[in-house]
Amino acid sequence: MVTQVQSIGHSTIGFVRELGKMGWFLTYSIYMIVRRPGRPVHILKQLHFIGAKSLFVICLTAAFTGMVLGLQGYYTLTKFGSEGMLGTAVALSLIRELGPVLTALMVTGRAGSAITAEIGIMRISEQIEALETMALDPFKYLITPKLIAAIIALPLLCAIFDVVGIYGGWLVGVKLLGVNPGAYFYEMEKAVVWRDVSSGFAKALSFGVIIAWVSCYKGYYAGHGAEGVSRATTESVVLTSVLILVWDYFLTSVLL
Amino acid sequence: MISLSNLHKSFGTQTVLDGLNLEIPSGQITAIIGPSGEGKSVLIKHMIGLMQPDRGQIEVDGESILGIRRSQLNRIREKFGMLFQNAALFDSMNVFENVAFPLQEKTTLSKEEIHERVISALEDVGLKNAEHKYTDELSGGMKKRVGLARALLLNPKFILFDEPTTGLDPIIKRAIHQLIKDTHAKFGFTAVVVSHEIPEIFDVAQNVAMLYKGKILQFGTADEIRHSQNPVVRQFVSGSLDGPIQLV
Repeated sequence: MVTQVQSIGHSTIGFVRELGKMGWFLTYSIYMIVRRPGRPVHILKQLHFIGAKSLFVICLTAAFTGMVLGLQGYYTLTKFGSEGMLGTAVALSLIRELGPVLTALMVTGRAGSAITAEIGIMRISEQIEALETMALDPFKYLITPKLIAAIIALPLLCAIFDVVGIYGGWLVGVKLLGVNPGAYFYEMEKAVVWRDVSSGFAKALSFGVIIAWVSCYKGYYAGHGAEGVSRATTESVVLTSVLILVWDYFLTSVLL
Repeated sequence: MISLSNLHKSFGTQTVLDGLNLEIPSGQITAIIGPSGEGKSVLIKHMIGLMQPDRGQIEVDGESILGIRRSQLNRIREKFGMLFQNAALFDSMNVFENVAFPLQEKTTLSKEEIHERVISALEDVGLKNAEHKYTDELSGGMKKRVGLARALLLNPKFILFDEPTTGLDPIIKRAIHQLIKDTHAKFGFTAVVVSHEIPEIFDVAQNVAMLYKGKILQFGTADEIRHSQNPVVRQFVSGSLDGPIQLV
């Protein structure tokens, strides 16, 4: 009994300590953005890695998501004789919800895991210690540029996801299933308001923070050897994905 | 001078440093020897603030490096260069970029000046024409030399060498040892070398400290340690299996 209580106690203390460490990590990263954001070349490099290199996978995911929404939306709306509302249904689903969430999940899989692995390998091969011995703050070179790049890249990728997805829905709804093209875009234009777009961007931006924060944190505190990096990468992807979905619920309930 | 007093460090239940006292004389090469797993690398990492002791005091030129702000610690770290066990080169950069990195980040030198100094530093360590190679194209010995060039570039007052010759063949080992002696003679830095290379290290270092069971068992000149009467030091120096040091 005592051992069980001790075990629960240890786990709780460990969890709270981990939360504190993560909180400190994010706070210090934001402080460094304000104080010493790093050289623009480092930020551009990360922007290219997180943003430009994710474009293909984002476009592909967006196209098929939009196409599926077109199919499913058409199937549902024809039951009510409202297939003219297909554009609105596709656009609102993408802009408010699926665009930011799926963009974030794809970037997590493509860039977040790579960030964790990169920083983790730097940790186990003493490259981070080497920076410290040169009196250089590792946050300035490794964390801050990634955080800034993710904050910039995610809303942009989300915008691209939304546009490609809307055209994916148009391709299926209008070109394959015969929905009126004028109605597809006209109804969409009428229904989508700036608040829908801004809430989607706000989500994407906050997801950018989550991706960079968790990926960098897990890499920075990776355990020993290849196994440590591998575990950190898995934990990073799982935790980021879960946090994105949980945070999405909270944001939606606030922004709705 | 680097001064360590009453240093304690434990990892869980394992005590690594147990009230260690050591003073590193300025301008000389001091080697730290001792059995594997005794905490030599842990000790050297304490000297530059990469690890914090549980108790004790560490002073560099009379200034404590414990409990100070990061900016103050960085100011003290600017006096240091460090060559890591695996060189710790940035694997996304080539040799030139690795060596140039501290200059680009910490000085306002022009591109031409940086280029000149990097090439000169690479020549000092015998790596002419290797500046475009990536780290995975380098042998172990070349990596160490690039690490040394990077450590030397800002003319540090102290250079810490963490097992600079581990895993190298005898000829490269000798070359690295000679390089440490030559660069020390040229630049006059204070060097701390963690090493297992017995007896070669006695020809490199002026002073030798034997670390055993968390303490400095004996500190003296290379000759004093070589001819020590202490049974632990004698066994370690001779590499004998019989004696107070037990194989783990």
